[in-house]
Amino acid sequence: MAPSAPQEPGLSAVPSYEEEQSQARFDALIDRDARVEPRDWMPEPYRKTLTRQVSQHAHSEIIGMQPEANWITRAPSLKRKSILMAKVQDEAGHGLYLYSAAETLGTSRDELNDQLLTGRAKYSSIFNYPARSWADMGAIGWLVDGAAIANQVPLCRASYGPYGRAMVRICKEESFHQRQGFEILLALSRGTEAQKKMAQDAINRFYEPSLMMFGPPDDQSPNSQQSMAWNIKRFSNDELRQRFVGMIAEQVKVLGMTLPDPELHYDEVKKQWIHKDLNWDEFMNVIKGNGPANSQRLERRREAHREGAWVREAATAYAAKQAQSEVA
Amino acid sequence: MKHEELDAALDSFGDALASATRVTPGNALRPEDIAVDGVAPSDEVAQYALTLGDDSLILAQRLAHWISRAPELEEDVALGNIALDILGHARSFLTYAGLAWDKSEDDLAYWREEEEFTSLWIVEQPNGHFGVTIMRQLIVSIFQHLLYQKLVSSADETLAAIAAKAVKEVDYHRDHAIQWTIRLGQGTEESAEKMRHALDILWPYVDEMFRDEAVHQRLEGIAVLPSTLRDAWQEEITAVLTDAGLQIPSTGQAMVYGRRGEHSEHLGYVLAEMQVLARKHPGASW
Repeated sequence: MAPSAPQEPGLSAVPSYEEEQSQARFDALIDRDARVEPRDWMPEPYRKTLTRQVSQHAHSEIIGMQPEANWITRAPSLKRKSILMAKVQDEAGHGLYLYSAAETLGTSRDELNDQLLTGRAKYSSIFNYPARSWADMGAIGWLVDGAAIANQVPLCRASYGPYGRAMVRICKEESFHQRQGFEILLALSRGTEAQKKMAQDAINRFYEPSLMMFGPPDDQSPNSQQSMAWNIKRFSNDELRQRFVGMIAEQVKVLGMTLPDPELHYDEVKKQWIHKDLNWDEFMNVIKGNGPANSQRLERRREAHREGAWVREAATAYAAKQAQSEVA
Repeated sequence: MKHEELDAALDSFGDALASATRVTPGNALRPEDIAVDGVAPSDEVAQYALTLGDDSLILAQRLAHWISRAPELEEDVALGNIALDILGHARSFLTYAGLAWDKSEDDLAYWREEEEFTSLWIVEQPNGHFGVTIMRQLIVSIFQHLLYQKLVSSADETLAAIAAKAVKEVDYHRDHAIQWTIRLGQGTEESAEKMRHALDILWPYVDEMFRDEAVHQRLEGIAVLPSTLRDAWQEEITAVLTDAGLQIPSTGQAMVYGRRGEHSEHLGYVLAEMQVLARKHPGASW
């Protein structure tokens, strides 16, 4: 923020005439459900909320590469290896679009990366679970990407233009990923006993964390209401979770597998899906950094950053030399 | 479940091909097409295709390790793309070779023993730091580019078709390696030193790429004689190294024979990792 002349304490809280006008224009934009673009004036809390959300989303794409990259070299067929490589590479691409969108809000990619490496920024906590078996590639695609899509399709209409536009492209690719994940599980579900067991085990482990990807229940999600008022979020956490659980309850039948939730059923009276209580203590604990793989995930990012430092320095030095020789 | 129901269930996930990545580029000759429509090659041609497939397979396996570990995100994408292209070439060559022996690409990739692989030592070399990987890419991609340019005119139509697709992709790989070699060679003193080190440790495996084996000599008009690529390769890489402020090292040439199944110590580990899951489940489909 630009330095301003010292003011009397308390006076800065009173908006100027210009600020009031800008706020009114912004409010009208949101009321019309129009798009806010980078050059438009926006209230600081809106900018801050979006920067946090978009960068967390970018970090999630980047950290989310790791559990899947873990199986690229061991993929059990060359076709699966090729699809998995394409998928993980797509995620790096998604991270890049999202960092670009976040940069339009005024924070540089270096700063955002630094927030991730120093543990100040969060990312989707589901990536702090280890990908133990090949079937996890299926469960991550079907459940984790599936939950991500349910969350992200409404974000294509988010009020901030660059975010919404990035999401359109990302959602298209995510549905390819989800399909690939489902196909992996489908092949396993029709395979040997050991393969079926592997698939069921992966579904058992990822079911609950994927439901928690939508965030805490509505009555415990204090920021949701403001995000909805700003047209960033279009549906509440619980609404999205409902939509997702209903979808996977049907899809799991195609696999001939089960979801690890004996309570799961559709309540005709309440017109909603009832699922088991989710373990929010565990969720909060993973967010705090105590998930099984938090330490490993961050260290891999730090290591790549550290080991790549000389390469980035060389590229910068070379670019500077080139620029100099062009001037000369 | 009926086929229609299954298709509908899968279609509910949306576009099957909506990847940012070129899984099956444009008019590519896909391994699936070769498997279905391909005419089985002679044993001799299959042996030759196997050598090309093995080089690409091992190199792709090596490069794939970089995804999620590269110095910057753009390189995760670039190295991933290159690995994916090269894996595609491997799949095409292996699928074609397999037609001669009634084997699939996966039979050949996952169920052969180390001494049955025919890859060159240069592709088996560890990734090392980023500079080593780039130098290995420079050495191999210039070689493959020259090779596929000639293979396009092979009397074997399938090999020619695979090469026609691969040559365009390898041209990009070559360009990527050249740009980075120049950047790192001219960047900082540290990066130049790392590139000199990369050259020193990889150069001993250069001669092997250009050695004519019996399989090449018996396939006149079909196979490209590696020795015929040597001069053009030397000229091209010398020019790049000169631009990068680097020099061809004075190291000798190792007496290595990967094409005959005599491999570096590294290959055993590469295969152990690549094959472990498939071998735990004999006969399984994935």
